[in-house]
Amino acid sequence: MTLQREEDAARDRTSAVFSRPRETASEAETQAVGAELAPRLSPGDVVALYGDLGAGKTQLVKGICAALGVDPTLVSSPTFTIVQEYTGRTGPLYHIDAYRIADPAEFFELGYEEYFYGEGLCFVEWPERVEALLPPHTLRLRLTHAGGDRRRIEPMAPPR
Amino acid sequence: MEPPVILGIESSCDDTAAAVVAGGALRSNVVASQRVHAGFGGVVPELASRAHQRLIVPVVEEALAEAGCTRADLTAVAVTYGPGLAGSLLVGLSFAKAFAFGLGRPLIGVNHLEGHLYSVFIEGPRPPRPYLCLVVSGGHTQLMLVEDGLRHTLLGKTRDDAAGEAFDKVAKLLGLGYPGGPVIDRLAQTGDPAFRAFPRTRLDGYDFSFSGLKTSVLYYLNRFDEAGRAALLERHRADIAAAFQQAVVDVLVEAVRRAVADTGVRHVAITGGVSANSGLRAAAEAAAAQDGFTLYVPPLAYCMDNAAMIAVAGHIKWEAGRTSPLTLTAEPALALS
Repeated sequence: MTLQREEDAARDRTSAVFSRPRETASEAETQAVGAELAPRLSPGDVVALYGDLGAGKTQLVKGICAALGVDPTLVSSPTFTIVQEYTGRTGPLYHIDAYRIADPAEFFELGYEEYFYGEGLCFVEWPERVEALLPPHTLRLRLTHAGGDRRRIEPMAPPR
Repeated sequence: MEPPVILGIESSCDDTAAAVVAGGALRSNVVASQRVHAGFGGVVPELASRAHQRLIVPVVEEALAEAGCTRADLTAVAVTYGPGLAGSLLVGLSFAKAFAFGLGRPLIGVNHLEGHLYSVFIEGPRPPRPYLCLVVSGGHTQLMLVEDGLRHTLLGKTRDDAAGEAFDKVAKLLGLGYPGGPVIDRLAQTGDPAFRAFPRTRLDGYDFSFSGLKTSVLYYLNRFDEAGRAALLERHRADIAAAFQQAVVDVLVEAVRRAVADTGVRHVAITGGVSANSGLRAAAEAAAAQDGFTLYVPPLAYCMDNAAMIAVAGHIKWEAGRTSPLTLTAEPALALS
């Protein structure tokens, strides 16, 4: 499959997984959106979560992982650890946070292909820090503050 | 019998470290930090396991030389096998296994968090067991009960961000440098903690949450337009830092006091990088005086990631006869039980 075709396929997959934008008004609601996404994701998927501090990225991952059978109390922010691994019903779940990564080369050195091209399902917070390494089949979601306690979650096209 | 000489090795995250403990006393403590602090609000870790590979042999050699001992003097080799980054853990663990096997000495696998729990045994007054241990760092926020026989009970932990991470992220929101902990601490000393009441999240049991606090600082700043925000920060940066820090400290200390009251345990250790925070120390000391418990805070060098705590935990495990097979594998998601 050509790169262009893979990207088109990823766009189609993103629409299949997440067709319409959602708004949430609490952490619990953000987690509920995650629970709704969970059954549509498969091992090997890479889900990139774009969004500012406090936009709900970790809460969304918590919702997805809980729906896949992970004890939600195990799911916390991996900012310091960079990668946290959980075991879900469908296999390994890699919760990655690139916040502390200054240069994609560092993530390359970390053995990124074990995660992005492995058997597990990957979630990537702060994916813009490792944009060049994201595989063509990456599913992209954007989380934004929408005033008050509200957050908007929507599919996103790959940056050009 | 000769006192045991334990080599400790730690490579779970950014730092490659080795230390030697003889008869329970620290003889050397070497840390090669791969961190370069940069002006963009985060660590620039050369996270490469390749860097650990480059550093592991010289770091171990230096630890042995500083301790004035040779490989032949070692009784056992203790090493962190989780939690942490798979690639980083593997370097330290593979080296330790080969080294122990080559020397014909036992291997002792140590949980990184066990290291933090026993870091209070490296130097200074040591708590009797049972004691409560609050581990607060960039990666961890956990309250544990430590009993004899290497029994550890998790009382509570963070459900989202670690306390140290909240400091780093709020420092970034306030336009401060990295690492956020010391900067906010310094600034907070000149600010008014009552400037604004940021929310204290109190959960069931002893669990913590700092994500809502971080978001409320963000929302507070977002009420202002760019010019208003700049003016606010110009005038009240120290006050906001103090108010934020007070919220973190209140949540941590409240949980400790409740645990002391509930368990009746009168000895409390605070370990991990955030234990250096002067606001936390002052509040914990005040609580200790008021509630009648004894507080133990190790020197800062033993609160950051280091191998002295791994060697000391290794010493305690060796005394308890807890060695590990050479088939020990790295466990990135290792929990403490």
